[in-house]
Amino acid sequence: MTPRSSNHNRPILEVRDLHVSVGENEILEGMNLSVHLGEVHAVMGPNGSGKSTFTNVVAGRPGYTITKGDILFEGESILGMFPDERARKGIFLALQYPVELPGIRNREFLRTALEALREARGETKLAIREFNKFLEEKAKAMDFDPDLMKRNVNEGFSGGEKKRNEILQLSVLDPKLALLDETDSGLDIDALKVVANGVNAFRGQDKAIVLVTHYQRILNFIKPDYVHVLIEGRIVRSGGSDLAHELEAQGYEWLREPAEEAAESVGATGRPS
Amino acid sequence: MTQTAEATNRYAEDFDALREEREEEPLWLRDLRREGFDYFQRMGWPIDDKRDEMWKYTDVRPVARTEFRLPDAPSVTPSPAEIAAMLPFDEDMSRLVFIDGYYSPDASRIVDADDASILRIAEAIREEETLVHGHLGRYSEPGHDASVALNTAFFRDGAYIHADGPLSAPVHVVYITSDHADPVVTYPRTLVVAGKKAEVTLIETFVSLGPRNHFIDPVTEIALGEGSSVTHYRLLLENTDSYTIGHVRPCLGLDSTYKSVVYEVGSGLMRLDLEVLIEGEGAFADLKGLYITKGKQHLDNLVSIDHAKPHGKSRLYYKGILDDESRAVFGGTVYVQPGADKTDAYQEDKNLLLSDRAEADSKPSLEIYADDVKCGHGATAGAVADEAIFYLRSRGIDEQTASRLLIKGFASEILDEVGIEPLRVFLEERTSSALPRFTGAEVAA
Repeated sequence: MTPRSSNHNRPILEVRDLHVSVGENEILEGMNLSVHLGEVHAVMGPNGSGKSTFTNVVAGRPGYTITKGDILFEGESILGMFPDERARKGIFLALQYPVELPGIRNREFLRTALEALREARGETKLAIREFNKFLEEKAKAMDFDPDLMKRNVNEGFSGGEKKRNEILQLSVLDPKLALLDETDSGLDIDALKVVANGVNAFRGQDKAIVLVTHYQRILNFIKPDYVHVLIEGRIVRSGGSDLAHELEAQGYEWLREPAEEAAESVGATGRPS
Repeated sequence: MTQTAEATNRYAEDFDALREEREEEPLWLRDLRREGFDYFQRMGWPIDDKRDEMWKYTDVRPVARTEFRLPDAPSVTPSPAEIAAMLPFDEDMSRLVFIDGYYSPDASRIVDADDASILRIAEAIREEETLVHGHLGRYSEPGHDASVALNTAFFRDGAYIHADGPLSAPVHVVYITSDHADPVVTYPRTLVVAGKKAEVTLIETFVSLGPRNHFIDPVTEIALGEGSSVTHYRLLLENTDSYTIGHVRPCLGLDSTYKSVVYEVGSGLMRLDLEVLIEGEGAFADLKGLYITKGKQHLDNLVSIDHAKPHGKSRLYYKGILDDESRAVFGGTVYVQPGADKTDAYQEDKNLLLSDRAEADSKPSLEIYADDVKCGHGATAGAVADEAIFYLRSRGIDEQTASRLLIKGFASEILDEVGIEPLRVFLEERTSSALPRFTGAEVAA
């Protein structure tokens, strides 16, 4: 990896001892994670380990109670911020289950969102023609069916089209931090490649990606710098991309038992020492 | 119960007081009025022990227990300019205006009506008595329910359209209730007789000039002759302290088409009974509705489609946007009578809940007694909008803009069907301002 500039020594995302509950259930039980610009992190774990809770809480989805800990974005706590404020700061979540928006056309949705972000970045408004040209290029690069632009957001889209639409939004909105919540689930191999290409095109020194997945498969196409294993609400093991292969071969069970010790061995930041 | 009895007495006093005035009316009409009045005296409102399954979700005690006064002739009349400012979509249309039940000739105008009579109903009873007699009260029978009974007994005036060919312009009927210190009741009555191959577009608008409680009890009967087509817009824009209980009864003859779009943002307590009869083969009913509720509004749409003849087709699509503690009830029934084979019917009701205190009750049902039919229904009692709002906000769109986009998008499926451009624009604007907490200006104020 290229040496980091001083600015890059501060993580763009820092999760500190995060405890999160939904109703009576504690889902995250002291999660730690540091992500710097230029890095791709994969957070892997079995069902119910808290992966989706983690990405949703970073994006600010309502319905979760943070009982302890903090989430810092560019050194600033974002816990008190609404989802739109977080988005305008540069956080993007590709949803596991993208929502259908009846009567709102995809193009209108993307344009409204982009305008909100451009305004927050102090950029001027794009004329409709400029926007359309810009969108056309982005869609073309992703092999995105132009007809889907005229349709209502995700309405009647196939599973693959919905996920592709999420990555198109990533490409158009160009955030600093992309959280991908099981973007690979339910995709056939061709769709997976398209989605992975989109993510790889986004990847760069001024971007960070946290990719949450159950399976190692997508990591064949998007090579992570770090892999973390989340079990029962804590990161129990962190390593390089090799760890994903180990998980592929052995499953998650072998990491379950010594969860307590393993968590300690990776230290408070969740980064491998 | 005492209060109920008092209110019933008030109706009796009013009915007696009108006796002299009514002596000028034809005997058949006086009989019809008496039939309605007797029904109401006997049955009263469907409250307490008389409240049956049909009224399960809607309690009309507030209506039953208020002593509504029949208004005197209005002292103020909005000028045509004021009406145009309030309802800016009828420039090229015929317009009949009734204020507190009284016809307002100054505010009304008839655009050419070669093949048609566009009259106020009191006039039609004199000028086209035979035809009116043949239709009035035939579809909305005086003993249908309390609302029709009272309307029949008390209606003063209303709109009458009789067309034997395509009408060149839509007819806008405006029922205005002016501001009164005591609650008043009006009984708007509309009768449309569409002859063979006639084409009629009717807009009925209900508005209040003031914020205070009043009661509207409207009845609209529409007879569709062979091959005729009626497009019916119904705009309920009254203040949200008022009550509305009414009946709309289109009867579809052979190969006729009835299209309706109801738009409801007004009334604190509303019950509208839209009862469609497919009485000719091959008729088509297309019913759309959009209701937007806030505060403590309670809007109840009871829609039934009775397929009495084969090869009929009906489509029903109602959508609701509910905020605050408001409640919407949708009861949709499709009956397919024995012999009404090859019927094709579908109904759907969808609601968007913007508040977790709002409630939508959706009860679509099918009763099929014929063979070889294609019928279906769908309902989403109410998907809370949280998921969609979060999705939009997670892309950087602020909450108000997100809500506005969502409301506009949700409404567009119905409003896109409004074929009259200025009316559609008016309804889109009404929709975007219907829920003040999502319009930046009002929240900031």
